[in-house]
Amino acid sequence: MSNTPFATGAPRELIDPLGTRAGSSDFAVRLRANSEYVLIPLLALVIAAGLFAFFLMAIGKSPVDFVSYVWRGGFGTAFSFQNTLQRSAPLILTALAVAIPARIGLIMIGGEGALVLGGFAAGALAIPMIGHAPPMVALVLMALFAMIVGGFWVGFSGFLRYARGVNETISSLLMTYIGIAIMNFFVEGALRDLSNPNKPSTMPIGDAYMVGKIPGTQVHWGFAFGLALCVALYFLMARTTFGFAARVTGGNFRAALAQGLPVGRLIVACSAIAGACAGLAGFFEVAAIQGRANASLAAGYGFTGILVSFLARHNPLVIPPVAILLGGLVASGGLIQRRMDLPDATVLVLQGFIFVVLLTSETLYGRFAIFRSTKERDRT
Amino acid sequence: MSVTEFSRRGLLKTAALGVAGATLNLGAIKRAFAAADLTVGIVYVGARDDFGWNQAHAVAIKSLKEVPGVKVVEEENVPETDAVSKSMESMINLDGAGLILATSFGYYTPFVVDLAKKYPDVQFRHAAPLWNQDKDPKNAGSYFGYLNQAHYVNGVAAGLCTKKNKIGFVAAKPIASVLSNINSVLLGARSTNPNATVQVIFTGDWSMPVREAEAANALVDAGCDVITCHVDGPKVVIETAEKRGVMTCGHNASQAPLAPKGFITGAEYKWITIYKGYASDLAEGKSLPNFLIGGYEVDFVQNTPFGAAATDPAKKAALAAIEGLKAKKPIYVGPLKDNASGKIVIDKTYDNLDPFLDKMDYLLQGVVGSTT
Repeated sequence: MSNTPFATGAPRELIDPLGTRAGSSDFAVRLRANSEYVLIPLLALVIAAGLFAFFLMAIGKSPVDFVSYVWRGGFGTAFSFQNTLQRSAPLILTALAVAIPARIGLIMIGGEGALVLGGFAAGALAIPMIGHAPPMVALVLMALFAMIVGGFWVGFSGFLRYARGVNETISSLLMTYIGIAIMNFFVEGALRDLSNPNKPSTMPIGDAYMVGKIPGTQVHWGFAFGLALCVALYFLMARTTFGFAARVTGGNFRAALAQGLPVGRLIVACSAIAGACAGLAGFFEVAAIQGRANASLAAGYGFTGILVSFLARHNPLVIPPVAILLGGLVASGGLIQRRMDLPDATVLVLQGFIFVVLLTSETLYGRFAIFRSTKERDRT
Repeated sequence: MSVTEFSRRGLLKTAALGVAGATLNLGAIKRAFAAADLTVGIVYVGARDDFGWNQAHAVAIKSLKEVPGVKVVEEENVPETDAVSKSMESMINLDGAGLILATSFGYYTPFVVDLAKKYPDVQFRHAAPLWNQDKDPKNAGSYFGYLNQAHYVNGVAAGLCTKKNKIGFVAAKPIASVLSNINSVLLGARSTNPNATVQVIFTGDWSMPVREAEAANALVDAGCDVITCHVDGPKVVIETAEKRGVMTCGHNASQAPLAPKGFITGAEYKWITIYKGYASDLAEGKSLPNFLIGGYEVDFVQNTPFGAAATDPAKKAALAAIEGLKAKKPIYVGPLKDNASGKIVIDKTYDNLDPFLDKMDYLLQGVVGSTT
């Protein structure tokens, strides 16, 4: 655009596509372009809901009841909504663990392993500190350690991708199983709390060392940290040189190399940030909920986070509402089981519909003229 | 007592849900619930139809539902995370549950304990002997069945059915309750067949269907002609053994339908005894017992009705063993040695519910296999 357009006699609209209306309609054009990213996912949700309604009617249940129970069980009362928020807390963090590498073009699905190992690391580090270190110091150290361990775990998959060309999706998934096995090895062996003979766990960290609730709510602090990280990482990816370089690498790896960007470091850094987010989720599972590390850490949050991130199109700012939506579905799942006499898998069926329709809807982007400016349309 | 008397009694006893006990209680419960209604909330860690631990509870709940005035709300596949505390809280807040039954081991600390403190008017009962009189809230409590007694009966029958004197045991983890079941099978089998041995393979976790199938196959290859197990869902083990043409003894719930040819009997919980007791106590305004444990002597466990592979002498011996257990006849008659070092690990005869036996960390002589 910068090479003297007047000289070549290019039409004026190429130089200034919006013409004289630029000042007044810039916002309208951006709104039009961005609404594509809102309306298509919404359309996908509506279609998925429609398919699910057919599914419910096929098994003789009322979709209207279903919606009303989702509302009541997930959002309708103060208890339900806090239930939803608490359930969304680990999902926000594990979704970030997918979204950040996705920005650099990697499909990392190792959040579960980083969560489990991070939680285990936090629980193990707490053991020598119980009763000696002040809780605040201990908790900060535990959180940092969890993030470092988680960051290393996913960062290693990033390193393998860059240095050895190992497919990061496969390696991060396999690393998850190794991570869970490592935790089980220690929890059932050297670090086992012998006073708890039937469920192998590390020593309990004790009430004094637990992370509390956000004042005035029943939701633990993991939710607030998740929100803060979403905002922080959004700015990192969208408004800093690091984020720009990462997005360039994700957009075109060879171009990034040719530009002399430190591609290897960027890949490892993005992967490590991802692992740190999942590790932090593990820390909160141990320090806010379980009070000890054990096999219950592997509850599948890392895998649900993949769904959340894809639904949010890997945008950190969209992750919280999506996580809350899914958290609400899970939270109301119990009520649906109880009132409608449906199996637990019902909510999974709905999640499956949403995921499939949403992925299919990816092909729709750019196909609707309505989302483009009038000038653009004229040109095509 | 004559044989016919025995089998008639056995039939009553083993009929899926203790019809006799149920009808006796029903009258009292009916009267009591005329005034107040009770909502019972129950959470399961797995699927209600897992042919195992969860199914045993679900079967009992199904018959609790038939008690007038009792409403039951159920939730399955609830993991041992804060999900369970939210599920229980949701039952209290949205369904008005007055009694919560938490059926998985890992639900207790911290979830049941914390919630019991938060909701002092709601009763919480947890299916493992964990309630601590000094530390834990009074509206919480434990209930548990000593399933090793029913495994002992499995052993008694298996000892007479086996032709190769080798019983195979697929076990999850080498923890006390599992080890006690293995040792009880051995002692039961030895009581009817002094040459019997039990060969055990640990899979390492509660639900590992592939490894459970491998273990069952390996045990059959090693010459075992009766297979039993202690894993969460015995379905795979029983089906694999049936396919290989060997006999089986069940665990947790009835697996009889899975092995029409080879089934002998199985060790089952009888949670309905406890659940109906709770319901009628609440209906009568009595306080619930905080700690309820026991086996055959209090009707908390039962054996599955005999399958096609149970021979007449085996049936007879098993029913006699059940009568013995009801009369509190001890299983662990000392001195007994472990199978690793030959040391005496059980110095004297212990009562079936003796806390000493809860600390079991050994396999007895006669068991082939190792805890490590």
